[in-house]
Amino acid sequence: MLSIKNLHASVDGTEILKGLNLEVNAGEVHAIMGPNGSGKSTLASVLAGKEDYEVLGEITLNGKDISDLAPEERAAEGVFLAFQYPVEIPGVSNVNFLKTAVNDIRAFKGLPPMLAKDFLKLLKEKRALVELDKKLTNRSVNEGFSGGEKKRNEIFQMAMLKPKLAILDETDSGLDIDALRIVANGVNKLKSADNATIVITHYQRLLDYIIPDFVHVLYDGKIIKSGTKELALELEEKGYDWLIKPEMAQ
Amino acid sequence: MGKYTEEQLEKELETQEYKYGFVTDIETEKAPIGLSEDIIRLISAKKNEPNWLLEYRLKAYKAWLTMEEPEWAHVNYPKVDFQDIYYYAAPKPKKQLDSLDEVDSELLEMYEKLGISIDEQKKLSNVAVDIVMDSVSVKTTFQDTLAKLGIIFGSFSDAVQNHPELVKKYMGTIVPYTDNYYAALNAAVFTDGSFCYIPKGVRCPMELSTYFRINEAQTGQFERTLVVADQGSYVSYLEGCTAPMRDENQLHAAVVELVALDDAEIKYSTVQNWYPGDKEGKGGIYNFVTKRGLCEKNAKISWTQVETGSSVTWKYPSCILKGDNSVGEFYSVAVTNNLQQADTGTKMLHLGKNTKSTIISKGVSAGNSQNSYRGLVKINKNAINARNFSQCDSLLMGNKCGAHTFPYIEVDNKSAKVEHEATTSKIGEDQIFYCNQRGIDTESAIKLIVNGYAKDVLNQLPMEFAVEAQKLLAISLEGSVG
Repeated sequence: MLSIKNLHASVDGTEILKGLNLEVNAGEVHAIMGPNGSGKSTLASVLAGKEDYEVLGEITLNGKDISDLAPEERAAEGVFLAFQYPVEIPGVSNVNFLKTAVNDIRAFKGLPPMLAKDFLKLLKEKRALVELDKKLTNRSVNEGFSGGEKKRNEIFQMAMLKPKLAILDETDSGLDIDALRIVANGVNKLKSADNATIVITHYQRLLDYIIPDFVHVLYDGKIIKSGTKELALELEEKGYDWLIKPEMAQ
Repeated sequence: MGKYTEEQLEKELETQEYKYGFVTDIETEKAPIGLSEDIIRLISAKKNEPNWLLEYRLKAYKAWLTMEEPEWAHVNYPKVDFQDIYYYAAPKPKKQLDSLDEVDSELLEMYEKLGISIDEQKKLSNVAVDIVMDSVSVKTTFQDTLAKLGIIFGSFSDAVQNHPELVKKYMGTIVPYTDNYYAALNAAVFTDGSFCYIPKGVRCPMELSTYFRINEAQTGQFERTLVVADQGSYVSYLEGCTAPMRDENQLHAAVVELVALDDAEIKYSTVQNWYPGDKEGKGGIYNFVTKRGLCEKNAKISWTQVETGSSVTWKYPSCILKGDNSVGEFYSVAVTNNLQQADTGTKMLHLGKNTKSTIISKGVSAGNSQNSYRGLVKINKNAINARNFSQCDSLLMGNKCGAHTFPYIEVDNKSAKVEHEATTSKIGEDQIFYCNQRGIDTESAIKLIVNGYAKDVLNQLPMEFAVEAQKLLAISLEGSVG
């Protein structure tokens, strides 16, 4: 599904991603872990097409090179980023925002706008998935939402837009255990054989709820180790130092 | 709000240029160019006015000659040559029209281009429309329905003929001709406008609307609007404005006077879309307007304006809160793009006890434009327990535009409570990226964000006009990104 080859990204002349390779197949969940400043969030932004970066390398989604596409085109191709810090848009209701998003993506695919009643039905169904209060869907996008509500709203939007590739950037940060369970539950229900998920996280905790097929350690702009779920547990126990400076761990 | 669909909007926006920029080719009767006492006598005679009105005009003209063009506004433009303007232009033939069938077909076509199919309006939206083109009021719909309730709504000229006592009693009482340069000019040369009177205790069942259009080259439009809401009555009034694209600047200097007697309420909404000039700043309307309302006891006046047009705007709809417990409100969205300049705001004069005022001003500046809020809140010494809340927000798009806020607060009573909040923000790149990431392109994202930003004001407009206003905001910001 997603193939990243020799990806470099720099901002203002500072290289952050330094030749990253990653293959993600449909139906898989990949976790990307790593210490602060290793380039995790940059990877998320670069995949979503944020224009602040100088990017080299190849990113293909289902065989299509998406590295030159604008963010909205990537979104239409099925890339979804659950933001670490969801943005507030005062005065624009969540419903209106999502309707615009859903229909703009449909238009991109040459489909007519969704009928209002179908949209509302979908809204209701997906709201239940992340146990999002109805009031929040009518409120302005993320405005006055608690940290947990914002994160749930991200997963709600993800459910509405049905992406092929979902990238969750530190979705667990700022969540208490109940909210974490709800969010993870939502993500798991959205999982299918046709889509893939990349979970970016600091902590192993989230991976108790969203079980990854693969775990990668990102350090200094490169993936330095890949493994299965056990790797996350090992990281939890030993930290990152043994990977970064193997001689010290011995 | 938020009921409209973005796609509909998108479709309608395909013609992004100023869509009202057509000229209607109908014969007009014009007075000779320039301004003099003779021209004023001619206008007055053309309109078959009573002598007192001619006298009034002439007094205003004499006052105007002694006055100086105001310079204090934060705007910059080549001065108007008042001798190079036609002060009277009327579509010919000018005869009494009783039904739409008698209206010039080219005129009707123009209305359709303006998106105000009168028939549709009649059937669907329950809006009575008075259309003022250049100098003359052409047609007022719904007059019969209104007449049954004793409501008088029509052209100012008709009111002068048919209800001279009302006109004489109120005209110039709120905005005297000595008030300012443009008010004096208007009083001298005004050619038409709208007049509305709501009798005691009557709640006007429909929106009353005036549509102003400048069509002829080199004509100024000087209309006067007078709305009188008698005790305990209510009226919601809307004005819309368009003009063709022309290279030269055209002058619009209107006067609007509102009188809300005891317990009355007037809601006055404006959607101003005069031609703003082209990208190089050529052409466009100079919009120098004086609007003011008087509130008697327990009365309420609410101004709502969506200003997207004109090359230069100079406009401060104000409330004199004379009666105890009276309420004044001002809701404004002013958008400037390219080389437009706007200096707009309000004055709230608190004279009575327990008077309340609210000011919500939302400026949006794009391109190389300059957008200023200028407002005065004055609490008189007798205005016990007066309250004001002001919120002035500015939104900037790009790095070449300017937003300015000039709030003036004068308080002469210790019991007053005056709050002023102001914010200036740029449309955040993070907001746009967030929208982009959800599949919304940058132009739609900006529409969404700006409409959200202006929502508090747009919500004050009657539904149909709110939708229209949202479209206008989008049109005027087209191409302002990137």
